[in-house]
Amino acid sequence: MKKLVYAMIVMLALVHQDFWWWDRIDPLVFGFIPLGLAYQAGVSIVAAILWAMAVKYCWPEGLEGDTASNPANGGDV
Amino acid sequence: MTPGMITVVIVACYLGLLLALGVFSSRMFRGTSADYFLASRGIGSFLLLMSLFGTTMTAFALVGSTGEAFKGGISVYGRMASWSGIIHSACFFLIGIKLWSLGAKHGYVTQIQFFRDRFESDKIGIVLFPILVGLVIPYLLIGVISSGTVIESLTGGAFPELFPSDNPRFNGAVPYRLGAAVICLVVLIYVFFGGVRGTAWANAFQTIVFMILGCVTFFVIADKLGGPQAATQLVREYNPSRLRSTATDADQKVYTKRLAAWERDKKEAIIKPKEPESISRLAFLTYMFIPLSVGMFPHLFQHWLTAKSAKSFRLPVIAHPIMIMIVWVPCVLIGVWATSAIMGGKPVIPPDFPNANAVLAVMVKKMTSPLLGGFLTAGILAAIMSSLDSQFLCVGSIFTNDIVGHYLTKDTLSDRQRVLVGRLFVIAIVLVTYIIAIAWRKVGVFPMAVWCFSGFASLFPLVFASLYWKRVTKMGAYACVITAAIVWFILFRESGWGANRSYLVAGMMPVATIIGCSTAALVFTSLVTKPPSAATIDKFFGS
Repeated sequence: MKKLVYAMIVMLALVHQDFWWWDRIDPLVFGFIPLGLAYQAGVSIVAAILWAMAVKYCWPEGLEGDTASNPANGGDV
Repeated sequence: MTPGMITVVIVACYLGLLLALGVFSSRMFRGTSADYFLASRGIGSFLLLMSLFGTTMTAFALVGSTGEAFKGGISVYGRMASWSGIIHSACFFLIGIKLWSLGAKHGYVTQIQFFRDRFESDKIGIVLFPILVGLVIPYLLIGVISSGTVIESLTGGAFPELFPSDNPRFNGAVPYRLGAAVICLVVLIYVFFGGVRGTAWANAFQTIVFMILGCVTFFVIADKLGGPQAATQLVREYNPSRLRSTATDADQKVYTKRLAAWERDKKEAIIKPKEPESISRLAFLTYMFIPLSVGMFPHLFQHWLTAKSAKSFRLPVIAHPIMIMIVWVPCVLIGVWATSAIMGGKPVIPPDFPNANAVLAVMVKKMTSPLLGGFLTAGILAAIMSSLDSQFLCVGSIFTNDIVGHYLTKDTLSDRQRVLVGRLFVIAIVLVTYIIAIAWRKVGVFPMAVWCFSGFASLFPLVFASLYWKRVTKMGAYACVITAAIVWFILFRESGWGANRSYLVAGMMPVATIIGCSTAALVFTSLVTKPPSAATIDKFFGS
């Protein structure tokens, strides 16, 4: 899963190049957002989803000094 | 009350609120250097998200994005915003968490302390120090120059008797020097008293302010233009190239036709069309290297170390791309609409308008109420100050902990002395920055930002290798830093010291060449020099 998530992030960086709608305006999303801009906003949303997957499946193990596991420090907020 | 006076009153109230926040956060100060520089490593997820986002988004996010969209169309989002969404989160996840962990384990406060240990070289700090500080100072100047300029531009007519000017636009405006001084003073006060906790709280507050104001401005302007659909339709008629990532032949034909019509009868044509602009795919791709600068920003390093736990990074990693989208999409659309906006049969932005960075201010001034104009000024200042504060503090931190604490007094300073020296350095840096900002007022902010970010990005291989490549050596690190500095200097000079804004190297952004050279120097030199000791490998890569 870890490799798949990183592979998808690399894929996202590739498709960021917008091979499909590079010089197109239509269809306007919600009637006013040009397709190219909507596509790039979509890239931002997919980036957030992929990084959420990275947090779940690729979280670094054995981090030194992680006080989250130490109840004395109150953990995370 | 004139619109200028309303702006002054709103900005004054906003700055008062910030000062109150600074004073309040100082009441939580524990008196230790760990608390002053790192908030005792106790910042949770939400504050970390807001402080990281507020620090990475400068005035460019509001003013520059609108201006660049006005000049080049929607491609500015792909070039800068969506790349940042991917790369910034990558830096938080792959670099930030690891550095936080090592910082917590070994007690680091600054980047230089980490690099000294990792590369087994006491002197690497002496090489890195002038480069890091030399790159942070232009970044600071961008904030101070922008704040003085924004205040002067948007308070015209406020106090004509107090600040008379021959230029009707600036008659009665709060002068540049005074505006910049007030902003420096406010930031200084809350950084001085609150340390990094004060900056984190102020950043959270300011980030909320500029995000809300950006969205409100968007809806008000869209409404004034007859709704967002009508606003986009006008752009399609007059400047369709601004709605695509790159211009087409059809756009060129529309431009020629519209320009001829405008030259025949300016009143009838209303809008003078903008020349279509294209960007190559290679240049578009190599913009990805610029946000790598986040991996080497010393002020972000300091914010990373303030995290309460590794889990505090989860929210910033996930939410950062969405936050960027929320701020950038409305600003880019406003910039695109500005190219063709018509009100009362006249263009909102005059033909041949020279200053793209003023487009947002003009749109707000002409299309919204003085009250919203005042709030937007506060929002722009919020974006500026949320970066300035962290930079002032980090330079103070580097001077205190690396130069005075380590090199001059050989780590003999007491904890209270460190806090005192840190505070004195923050005052000194604010003063020096202010004086330079007064002298260099006319320096272009955009090229300074691009070259400053490129400089930090060119050192990215250093931090990445230090965390992920056991074989990287001390000499490899020196080769990387020196090569980056030399190539950066050569290309900066070739670009006419940043004057040539469309300067590319083999069709790519200059930063791609610099990173390529610094990476090659790091890898090659490391492979031919003595590997680091087993003790160091164990210290940084051991279980």
